[in-house]
Amino acid sequence: MDASFFFTQAVSGLTIATLLFLVASGLTLIFGVGKVFNFAHGSFYMIGAYFGYQFSAVWGANFFLSLILTGICVGLVGMLMEFLFLRRIYGRANEGGFQILLTYCFILIIDDLVKLIWGTEYKSLARPSGFQGAFQMGDIFIPTYNLLIIGIGVVAVILAWWILAHTRPGRVARAAAVDRETVGVLGVNVPLTMTVVFGLATAMGGMAGTLAAPLRTVTPGAGIEVIIDSLIVVVIGGMGNFWGAWLGAILIGEVNAFGVAFVPKWATLFSFLILVIVLIFKPEGLFTSRKVR
Amino acid sequence: MTNNAARRINATALWGIVLLIFALVPVFTTSAYKINVASHILVWGLFAVSFNMLWGITGMLSFGQALYYGLGAYSVGLMVEHMGSGWFLPAIALGLVMAIALSFLLGLLVIRVGGVYFTMLTLAFAQLAWQITFKWYDFTGGDDGIQGIIPPGILENRAAYYYFVLVLVFLSIWMLKRMAYSPFGMILRCVQQNPDRVRFLGRRVRRNQLRVYVVSSFFAALAGGLMAGVDSSIHTDMFFWTTSGEAILMSVLGGINQFFGPFIGAAVFILIEDSIGARTEFWPLIIGSIMLIMVILFPKGIVGEVLRLKARFGKNDARR
Repeated sequence: MDASFFFTQAVSGLTIATLLFLVASGLTLIFGVGKVFNFAHGSFYMIGAYFGYQFSAVWGANFFLSLILTGICVGLVGMLMEFLFLRRIYGRANEGGFQILLTYCFILIIDDLVKLIWGTEYKSLARPSGFQGAFQMGDIFIPTYNLLIIGIGVVAVILAWWILAHTRPGRVARAAAVDRETVGVLGVNVPLTMTVVFGLATAMGGMAGTLAAPLRTVTPGAGIEVIIDSLIVVVIGGMGNFWGAWLGAILIGEVNAFGVAFVPKWATLFSFLILVIVLIFKPEGLFTSRKVR
Repeated sequence: MTNNAARRINATALWGIVLLIFALVPVFTTSAYKINVASHILVWGLFAVSFNMLWGITGMLSFGQALYYGLGAYSVGLMVEHMGSGWFLPAIALGLVMAIALSFLLGLLVIRVGGVYFTMLTLAFAQLAWQITFKWYDFTGGDDGIQGIIPPGILENRAAYYYFVLVLVFLSIWMLKRMAYSPFGMILRCVQQNPDRVRFLGRRVRRNQLRVYVVSSFFAALAGGLMAGVDSSIHTDMFFWTTSGEAILMSVLGGINQFFGPFIGAAVFILIEDSIGARTEFWPLIIGSIMLIMVILFPKGIVGEVLRLKARFGKNDARR
């Protein structure tokens, strides 16, 4: 194992990590603010990939324009879902179970609607112009598109941190995460906050789908693979923990990249192994301080 | 008191009729397909009822009961494939023993974490089992599954095997019902409603959760083992998370707060799938929409809503 191999795998791992983070951070945000576990988050990732394909490959829009349009459209779909359905079961007995069930229904419906509209055959999306080559450094080749994804990921992390830490909507969202009722009593429209958070989170998931489309093929089953991986990330990082999701994504991304390089057949087992170890020894997440329950 | 006794007789009579209907299926039809549908209802009914012991009664939503269902099925499939069909019945027993051992060990792990973590952890373990089965081609046959699993001796006859399934399923459901209404079942309900109070009463929450987890997994494995003989084949999908998902959908469709709800749910689910699902490739879209409406508007399920209507429009003394 020489340095160039190591470096190439590390960059590939960071690419996977960025895409995972964009999905997992949304998942953790929704859970943190609304105590909703959005089982269908992977499906929003998948429709993001299809919207990107539609805008860019079918209607010929610029890749970056399609990326933004996809974010807006998927966010709107997510807000609609929350507004029409999820909102109706808040506060019901057995709420957690019914939320998982409701979002499970979303998966069934969205997956089939996608098949209905775009068919079952694989779609592919070209990399944007200017990012098709590779970046050469000595004997190391790194695809520039991977660097673009990592760059977008860094920007997204900083932007999300800034919004959550330094703007009023961010503070409201964090306050709602701690105590929904008190924030409501103080005159904040909590249900609206929840809808907006849901929209932002699904928009991020959708954009991750578009970004991933040129690297992976676009298929109707893509949502499931992603949700299981993001779930592992979120649980490792701690539910509702933003930075935990970021570190968890990097951990799982790198483990996947190096796992594929050494034992391709059993690579997917490693992330499960990490999950099991974390859940045995620190079920509240690696990056969460222990709380008094 | 007479009211109570009358109600019990009514319930027994109702289930006698249901049993009779199922028992008469092979008498009135020789169609292998119809017997197959009836067997599916029985086996899925058992799977759903055993799942509901966890969710409806104890409040533990497991998204990984497919693990034990698949374990039961693969135990039968692999033994029949490698050692001959004479091993069919011992293989079912082996699957049950393995389910008890595995659910005890995994249960020690997953019960330590509550709520949504329990759901996710059970899902993760089941998906792990699916991955291993899927990729370990040399041993499990991978994506091809195993075909041609024929039960031995007299059970090779379709009707005989159907009665074998019928007896085992009704026996199991009767045992589960006894359990659900025993003092043990009472504690399980308390665990769902108020775990702290259970501790005050000097009972252990986790030990009872572990017990019901093992019991539920045991009957899930039995359902899986029986299914291997019903379809004469097994497939990696039996471990897949959609299998756990279907048990959940059936339970909610029938009603999770009634013991027999999941069984009714399984029957309705399979009959709809059989009539609509066969004509369209977009079956998930249809069942997804139906379940969406159920969750939003009729969370009590079919049985729960029927009982509500009965209480509302029934005779006055029925309300007392």
